[in-house]
Amino acid sequence: MDFGASDAPLSNAQLAADPGLVLFPETLGGVAITYNLAAWGITNNTVLHFTPQVIAKIYMGIITEWNDPALVALNPGVPLPSAFITAVHRSDGSGTTYAFTNFLSVTVPNWAAQVGYSTSVTWPVDTTPGAYGVGAKGNPGVAGTVLNTHGAIGYVDVIYAVSNHLGVGAVLNAAGNYVVPTLQTILWAAQNATGTPNPADLRLHIVNAAGAQSYPISTYTYILVYRDMSVNPSTTQAKAETLAQFLWWAIHDGQQYSAALIYVPLPANVVAADEQLLLTLNYQGTPLLTG
Amino acid sequence: MQTEIEKTRARQRARHHDFLHGILIIAAFAIPVIAALTFYALFNGSLDSIQAFGFGFLTGTTWEPNPANGGPPILGALPAMYGSVVTTLISLLFAVPISLGIALFQSELAPRRFRLPSIFLVELLAAVPSVVYGLWGLLFLVPFMSTYIDPGLIGSLGFIPIFAGETNGLGMFTAGVILAIMIIPYAAAVMREVIAAVPRAQREACIALGGNTVETVRMAIIPYASTGIIAAIVLAMGRAIGETMAVTMVIGNVARISPSLFLPSETIPSVIANEFTEVAGNNIYLAALFELGLILFAIAFLMNLIGRVLISRLTFHGGTATHV
Repeated sequence: MDFGASDAPLSNAQLAADPGLVLFPETLGGVAITYNLAAWGITNNTVLHFTPQVIAKIYMGIITEWNDPALVALNPGVPLPSAFITAVHRSDGSGTTYAFTNFLSVTVPNWAAQVGYSTSVTWPVDTTPGAYGVGAKGNPGVAGTVLNTHGAIGYVDVIYAVSNHLGVGAVLNAAGNYVVPTLQTILWAAQNATGTPNPADLRLHIVNAAGAQSYPISTYTYILVYRDMSVNPSTTQAKAETLAQFLWWAIHDGQQYSAALIYVPLPANVVAADEQLLLTLNYQGTPLLTG
Repeated sequence: MQTEIEKTRARQRARHHDFLHGILIIAAFAIPVIAALTFYALFNGSLDSIQAFGFGFLTGTTWEPNPANGGPPILGALPAMYGSVVTTLISLLFAVPISLGIALFQSELAPRRFRLPSIFLVELLAAVPSVVYGLWGLLFLVPFMSTYIDPGLIGSLGFIPIFAGETNGLGMFTAGVILAIMIIPYAAAVMREVIAAVPRAQREACIALGGNTVETVRMAIIPYASTGIIAAIVLAMGRAIGETMAVTMVIGNVARISPSLFLPSETIPSVIANEFTEVAGNNIYLAALFELGLILFAIAFLMNLIGRVLISRLTFHGGTATHV
């Protein structure tokens, strides 16, 4: 394995266990809250409003019906049905789960205490009597399950909600506004949260960012690579040079392809910090890129 | 007196014989050796988990690889074992009578021009990849079950706990149905061969005594073929309990033990498939997945053993039954 990528940045302990690894943001995306209420005449164009507390209560098995007073209060005028909620989550480990649970941990103290955040967590909704939790494999699995289950709610990378024409909810952000995930609202989240990125530690938490129209469940996706690539026995010098050039391309010219997949091109200050880090990549001390 | 050429030929034959003999011995020993090595690898991999959880792993109902308080994993295998056994039983409940019907139709009743197409169509089912069944299950069977079948069962039999509650189509019942479809071709093919092997005299004797088709099947064919039919069921059961992909896509993947068949659950293979990518840096978690594999190995072994015991019993009482 020459390099890897994940939505979930490594923890301090993981980095300490393998000090040769570096990670840097490669693209920027959002996690959409999706639902399927078409059977009750609520089309997928209807934008439902969610607060972090309500989402947490659904996945904790406390809110189990669509016409729960908390949901009705958030969505006046929407004829929410008396139907049980099927809460769909990932069954495999996932950076999407990391971003989603990280958002709930930051915003809902009960969630942080009882569930926490990780690439895979134990979902209280799964084992609460009367509540319906369901796991599905991969973003396509969650999107497919929501698409085929009446009364389902799920969380997926935005592109899977858009390409499957699922309903996408607006989520309450730190500034008190309900925001849907778009290229612009995800970018605002990044810009409002980042400050000046530090090339020594490019793990940037941008969930629940400040800013009037920032989408609160936004996340960078990181690339992991060895700073001295010779550490990896399968990486030759020629391979290391090509890889370094590819990574350079990915944070510059490669960014033009992200918008079509509803991933946001990296902000200029993040690209600049990435550049500084990429310039330190080497093979047995010999730099692989020259500025 | 042998000529030199004859002697050489005899030596060559002996060498060929020795060579063939050697290959057959290797092949015969390979299976138990592979089984023993698999058992050893699984056992070795599970040591951490066996030490950490002991016997409690088999009875624990909590599955928390990453507890919120940052503590060590709390892992129990019972929900996955329960899901595996229940889905397999549901699948056998559907697959056994249907396979037997298919086998009897194909070997006894079908007119010549329907026989081959029927065999071909059933065996086509065996050629469909598991993931395709899963996709079909998720996109067609789950909505179909949740709209038509499950509500009907809940409405008419809802007073029985296994049919109680609400449904979204994802759960043990749908998983059992999809497993049944997947194992039918295997069970049907073996049963057909066994039934075809029932001697003609057996049938003719029954007909000569005035038996009609139903009576011939019931009194002459099925008792004679019973050991082979059980062997077919054991084979199908082995396939059902180890099936991974299709089950993962429709069962809901939740560590939950509930009486209602309509609620989500998980099976041992689905847990391993879902979580194997997540175990990096968590040795007990990895060992627990190995131990799940070990348990599956043991369950499959036990089921085969029960099958063999049944076969030997029936053979003894049947007296004339064939060995398959």
